[in-house]
Amino acid sequence: MNTVPVVEAHGVVKRYGATVALDHADLTVLPGQTHALVGRNGAGKSTLVSVLTGLTEPDAGTVRLNGEPAPALSDRDAWRSRVACVYQRSTIIPELSVAENLFLNRQETRGGLVRWAALRRSAAELLERWSVDVDVHRPARELSVEQRQFVEIARALSFGARFVILDEPTAQLDGAAITRLFGHIAELQRQGVTFLFISHHLQEVYEICDTVTVFRDARHVLTAPVAELPKADLVAAMTGENAVTTQERAATTRHGAEPVLRVDDLSLAPFFEGVSFDIAPGEIVGLAGAGGSGKTELAEALAGLRKPTSGTVFVGDRRPRPGDVPSALAAGVGFVPEDRHHQGFVPEMSIADNTTMSVMDRLGPGIFVRSGLRDRLAGTMISRLAVKTPGPELPVSALSGGNQQKVVMARALAGDPRLLVLITPTAGVDVRSKEFLLGKVAEAAAAGTAVLIASDELDDLRLCDRLLVVVHGRLTTELPAGWQDREVVAAMEGVDLDA
Amino acid sequence: MPESPAAVGAPPRTTPGTAPRRIALARLRDFALVPGIIAIAIVGQLVNPVFLQYDNVINILQTMSEIALLVLAQTMVLVVGKMDLSLESTFGLAPGVAAWLTIGGGHSLGLLPSWTAVPVVLLVGVVVGALNALLIVRFGLSGFVVTLGMLIVLRGLLTGISGGQTFFGLPDSMLYLGTTLWAGVPASIWICVLLFAGGIGLLGYTRFGRSLYAIGGNEDAAKAAGIRTDRIVWIVLIAASVLAAVGGLLLSGRLASVAAAQGNGYIFTVFAAAVIGGVSLNGGRGTLFGAFTGILLLYMIQNVLTLAGVPAQWIGALNGAIILIALVMSRITSGKRQT
Repeated sequence: MNTVPVVEAHGVVKRYGATVALDHADLTVLPGQTHALVGRNGAGKSTLVSVLTGLTEPDAGTVRLNGEPAPALSDRDAWRSRVACVYQRSTIIPELSVAENLFLNRQETRGGLVRWAALRRSAAELLERWSVDVDVHRPARELSVEQRQFVEIARALSFGARFVILDEPTAQLDGAAITRLFGHIAELQRQGVTFLFISHHLQEVYEICDTVTVFRDARHVLTAPVAELPKADLVAAMTGENAVTTQERAATTRHGAEPVLRVDDLSLAPFFEGVSFDIAPGEIVGLAGAGGSGKTELAEALAGLRKPTSGTVFVGDRRPRPGDVPSALAAGVGFVPEDRHHQGFVPEMSIADNTTMSVMDRLGPGIFVRSGLRDRLAGTMISRLAVKTPGPELPVSALSGGNQQKVVMARALAGDPRLLVLITPTAGVDVRSKEFLLGKVAEAAAAGTAVLIASDELDDLRLCDRLLVVVHGRLTTELPAGWQDREVVAAMEGVDLDA
Repeated sequence: MPESPAAVGAPPRTTPGTAPRRIALARLRDFALVPGIIAIAIVGQLVNPVFLQYDNVINILQTMSEIALLVLAQTMVLVVGKMDLSLESTFGLAPGVAAWLTIGGGHSLGLLPSWTAVPVVLLVGVVVGALNALLIVRFGLSGFVVTLGMLIVLRGLLTGISGGQTFFGLPDSMLYLGTTLWAGVPASIWICVLLFAGGIGLLGYTRFGRSLYAIGGNEDAAKAAGIRTDRIVWIVLIAASVLAAVGGLLLSGRLASVAAAQGNGYIFTVFAAAVIGGVSLNGGRGTLFGAFTGILLLYMIQNVLTLAGVPAQWIGALNGAIILIALVMSRITSGKRQT
């Protein structure tokens, strides 16, 4: 077997002003491997990726690809034929067809005119070759995140690259899609494609990767075969301290008290139907379900983002108007939406404005907002959630992913809600921020807030006193605390373990 | 679990015939205004039997041909994800400068021989477009505000050099395109139709044209695909200004004069025609055929109103109302949000 490393980066240094983004970083990826690159936010992963894809010139150090020195930065074609990267942000053009996206700027032409039929044929052949089942006629905007990734991988491979960097490919996928993605990766690996896999989810690293490299504070910390590295050691390598085991949370449910949330026979076709449940003060209830199960829509309906077709929702003794966000806020609902970039915050507004956006009525008389009052409240929330920022006036877009999510959480908590509705509250944040955010949720529950967490991530759900499993829009299973992972996964997938 | 984990779990293709039908539907969207055009033709004929007579049809097409070049230019600029408000001022300034430099007497300088008139018109187009591109692409200024400023500056320049008067006595070379008949049809109609046909081919069937859609749809992705985005935006902005200059030349030739207000207010109609024709203001979407049907529809309606004897004072209000109604109609027929 060929053992010339696909990538060999040695002593790579990259500085941005005073910040050292990479400090003598090393990385060696052998052919045929699926190599994981993990590290907390700001560990230098993104910088390394842009060095390896030829978008950034390192200040020092060498990069060799397939044993040869890396091509010049301006030689895009040479880079593209060696390394491909599927970024978190889409590089697909939504208004063009899949076929055209695949052959953008290299369309087959005759006499200067694009040969559309030939183009579509080669696109279909390309997707077929890499077993991607997508209709090439479709406009790219109709593709799901998952299909888009497959198309981007196929396009990358069509340039001749057999080394693909996947930058957090699972961040926006649900469980079933992740399984399919992994199946696809395994298949491509058999065909000789090497992967560098970047992920926040250590479980995924253990599932599909052979080797793992950990970066911390711009440095390479360790590289080891995954099979020989216990999970606790991996977390310790990432955080630089001994792994914090999630303590058992003492249940804070106030049994016998009037429930904070009462949902009765709630339906919204085609997402969910006949859903009824209660949440007591201080109780954390998990809403588990795969993507498309209707859990997200159900949670959004409780926050007033969607209008249910029938059924009732009571928050305490109030009945917020269905499909009306201000009314839900007034009833005491705090909400962390699914996609922070779309619904979570206004990127160019300051942290102070973002955290207090939903409680502006308390910040001054009438229609006015007192900036002093706003900054004080924002300051309290910033310290309460330990947002790493020089001050409340910084725009949220300048924060890292984990800190952005803290701002979103701060806004949900700013109104001292009676009910917190959280949808995948730790998506795309690093391990430490994840634990911190969930700790804050537990703290709110201890103070008597009722909490609903809609997620398919077991780490989010581990906190819950009770799990409600949603399958195809119906509550199918209720699990008390102390459930096993496999029970939940089985219930979400609609599989009966005892059968 | 899917049986074959390597295949994307897309909703399975329902029938093999779905794809071609979808294509047909996508093409049909281009023809969304055609039923409207036919309906207006029938209504027009009922209102006044003159409407569909050869002379009237030629009249509609000729009065439309000049502004249609602005629509052509604006559509390309919109597809690439920019905007050019200054086109309407270039439309007046380019022939104005040519007249100013080539004819003697009055406000004019008469510095250049009369054969240079048409090259000067084109040159003004190139200069204005390059200036726009310099500010927008090179210096990264907001396209909307740059071209708004340019609109005012260029209009002011024309008023300045003409002293607010109208240039008469244009050289013959400037009159030629606006007055000549080619095979019995005015040259300006030929030019308009040929430029649109060429544009449709360019945007639909060349790498250059497709890259306009790529840049307008997702500039970063276009860059990543190796498209020289800045250079293409430069080319488009310059080409658009040149087209506007040619449009102005056609109008000046037809009227044998350049008024200080030539083109004033045209830009609203131009935008309306493009949007009605399915061009997105956010870039990356729309076709020249659609834009052409948009301007054709607007001009047919205006002609019907005139033939119906609607008082001239009311035409403005009706025009605005028609644009709004047409927008609503195209929203309904295309089923897509206009952006």
